[in-house]
Amino acid sequence: MNKITQQLEELATTAPPSLAETVLIATGAGRFYDTVAGPTGELLIGWSSAGIFAAAPAGEEPRFLEEHTIASMEPLPAELPAALGRKVVAAIASGKLGKLPIDLSGLSEFQQAVLRKTAEIPPGQLRPYGWIAREIGKPGATRAVGSALNRNPVPVLIPCHRVGRSDGTVGQYAHGPEMKRGLLRAEGLDPDVVDEEAARGVRYVASATTNIFCHTTCHNARRIREANRIELRSIDGAHSKGFRACKVCRPEVVAA
Amino acid sequence: MGRATGLTGRLANDVDSAFPEMVLAYQDRLYSGVRSFVGSADAEDVTQEAFIRAHRALHSYDRDRIESLQVNAWLWTIALNLCRNWARTKSRRPQTTQLTFDHEGEGGADIAALEATMLASWRERLESLSEPQRTAIVLRHVVGLAYAEIAAATERPIGTTKTDVSRGLTALRRILAEEGSA
Repeated sequence: MNKITQQLEELATTAPPSLAETVLIATGAGRFYDTVAGPTGELLIGWSSAGIFAAAPAGEEPRFLEEHTIASMEPLPAELPAALGRKVVAAIASGKLGKLPIDLSGLSEFQQAVLRKTAEIPPGQLRPYGWIAREIGKPGATRAVGSALNRNPVPVLIPCHRVGRSDGTVGQYAHGPEMKRGLLRAEGLDPDVVDEEAARGVRYVASATTNIFCHTTCHNARRIREANRIELRSIDGAHSKGFRACKVCRPEVVAA
Repeated sequence: MGRATGLTGRLANDVDSAFPEMVLAYQDRLYSGVRSFVGSADAEDVTQEAFIRAHRALHSYDRDRIESLQVNAWLWTIALNLCRNWARTKSRRPQTTQLTFDHEGEGGADIAALEATMLASWRERLESLSEPQRTAIVLRHVVGLAYAEIAAATERPIGTTKTDVSRGLTALRRILAEEGSA
C-alpha cells in the first residue's frame, strides 16, 4: 500500500513555465512589459489591467524586472494592447499624461500626491522640489519629495525630470543626470542655460510691464521681452519691488 | 487553509492583481492532477483552460462569494469538468497515437522517457478504476488534497470519498499483483 501511494505521489510534477504565461496573457490578469520609443531612447513600459505601473530606460531591463517582481513573478514580455499603446505614444509625444491610466496603487499617499503634482508640470519647464512640497500642502517635506521622485516608478511619463534643486540647477536623476538633461533638451529647455542662470543666482524673473514674477522656465516668463525682463534672486526681492506671483507657475502660495 | 484565506481576500479586493499569485500557487498541483487524467500531450491545454475559466468566474462573483471560496476544491471542480469533457471528446474521436514524446533534450531524454512510461502505465491502471475511484485516488495521492476538499470538489460525501480512495487502492494493489505475476 505504501508503495502504491508513494508511486502515485511521484506522478506529481511541476507545471511547464509556458503554462502561467499563456494563462496570464489570455486573461490579461498579469503584469506585462514592452519596449517603446522614448524621447531619448527606448523605454520599457510595464502595464497590467490597472494601467501603467512602471517605465525605465531599456538599458535597465535587469533592474526593471527585479524591481517589479512580485511573489517571484516577473513582468512578462508581451505586446502593448493597441489602445493603451496609442495613449503611451501620445503621452510621450506631448509630454502630458492625457488619458493614459497610471497605476500608483502600491505607493504611499504622500508618494502618489508628489507624483500627481509632478505630472502637472508642463513640458520644457522646471520646478524646484520645494514647490512640489508646498503645492501638496507639505511645505516642510522638500527632502521627502526628493526621495519620492527618486523612486518614481514611471519616469518620463510622470516627468520627475522637470523637478530640480532649490538652488535653481537641474540636479540629479535616478537614471543619470545626462538622461534628465536630454529629456529637458528634447522638450526645448536648455539645461545649460538653466544651470548658468542658477549659478548667477537668478531664481525668478519678473516683467516690468505686468509686475508679475515667475519661475524662470514658466511659459509666461519666456514671453517677457528682453527689455522688460527683471532677474530676481529671491521671493523677498520680488516683494520689495512690489511684484506679485504668477498664478500659473505659482512661485509662492497665492491667496485665493 | 491560512494561505487561501489571504489569497481569497486579495482576490476579493482586486481579481486581476491577485490572480497571478493564484496561478503560481496552484499550477503545479493542478497540472500534476490533470496530467494523470488526460496525459502529457493535453495536460497543459486543459490546465490553462481551467485557470482561464476560473478567472472568468471570479469576475462574475461578488465579494462575499470570493472571500468564502475554498480555492483548491473550487479549482478542482472546474478542472474535473474539463477533464470529463476531454475524455468524452477523446472517446468520440478515433485515437491515433497513444503516446507522444515531445522532449528534445539529449541528457534528460532517458529520464523523461522513463517518466513518460511510468505515467503511461499508471494512467492505464487508473483507467481500469471507476471514475469516482480514479478521481478520488488522483486528488488524494497525486495532488494531495484533503478528503474534505475532494468531497467538495466532487460534490460527494466525505465518507464516500474515503471509501472510493480505499477501494481504489485495493483495486490498484490487485492490478499491480496481476502485472507482477504475468
